Amino acid sequence: MTIDLSSFTPWASLSGGVLIGIAAAMFILLNGRIAGISGILGGLLTPQKGDILWRALFIAGMVLAPTAWLLMAPLPDMQIDASYPLLIVAGLIVGISTRYGSGCTSGHGVCGISRLSPRSIVATLAFMFSGFVTVYIIRHLVGM
Amino acid sequence: MNKHFVSAFVTGLIFGIGLLVSGMANPDKVLSFLDIAGAWDPSLAFVMGGAIAVGAIAFTFVKGRTHSLWGEPLRLPGKKDLDKRLIMGSLGFGIGWGLAGFCPGPALVAFGTGAPKAIVFVAAMVAGMAIYEVIEKSRTKAVN
Repeated sequence: MTIDLSSFTPWASLSGGVLIGIAAAMFILLNGRIAGISGILGGLLTPQKGDILWRALFIAGMVLAPTAWLLMAPLPDMQIDASYPLLIVAGLIVGISTRYGSGCTSGHGVCGISRLSPRSIVATLAFMFSGFVTVYIIRHLVGM
Repeated sequence: MNKHFVSAFVTGLIFGIGLLVSGMANPDKVLSFLDIAGAWDPSLAFVMGGAIAVGAIAFTFVKGRTHSLWGEPLRLPGKKDLDKRLIMGSLGFGIGWGLAGFCPGPALVAFGTGAPKAIVFVAAMVAGMAIYEVIEKSRTKAVN
């Protein structure tokens, strides 16, 4: 293992993480809910009366974040190397399995670990593990 | 407008800006974290650390309470068992995450930049979530 010091951004990442933590804290303290993106988005697919608008507004806030950012500064670099077919496969897998596993990086990784939920700790270890293995296979065995 | 809807939007916005600040809206940076055998970028661990440090304060505060500060019922996941769905779903999510470097939150933020590849990923992810709902519906029908 070699640490890539040229791309490592400890302070920006820590500050961004604190902002994400503030968002998660606000949501549980004010709305009484877990800020889990896959759950909030997925819940829109089986709309229940009185349960739609807050979800749509949360998602709208996330989607509009780059627009708000642009009012202050140019957007940071974004590099998407995956091909279109790979993005479709990856998207389908992420959509099905985050719903099946009841959460993703936000719900399990941030909120779940924050409240020391054993299920979320196991879930986070599981998706980190398979994420590491997948990237290892793709980059070092298949050589994509 | 109801203040809960305002806070849902603001929470989503802060969450999205946090993802931009942290660098996690960039799939290339996420993949550099997952590539432990290559030039490793530990930034994602700092994002999680910052978010969990703040989140933990809020979740400790609400422990034992039944309502949020605004009087909303606290909706915390009650499940305790480490079942097959949690583990298989999370392992699956990690595979999809490792294939493209997108998890649901960053994908929505990238979608908001208008990047065509992010739009395709989000469309596939929402389709995946819809497929999950269809499978669940037929499964519960079969059980009943």
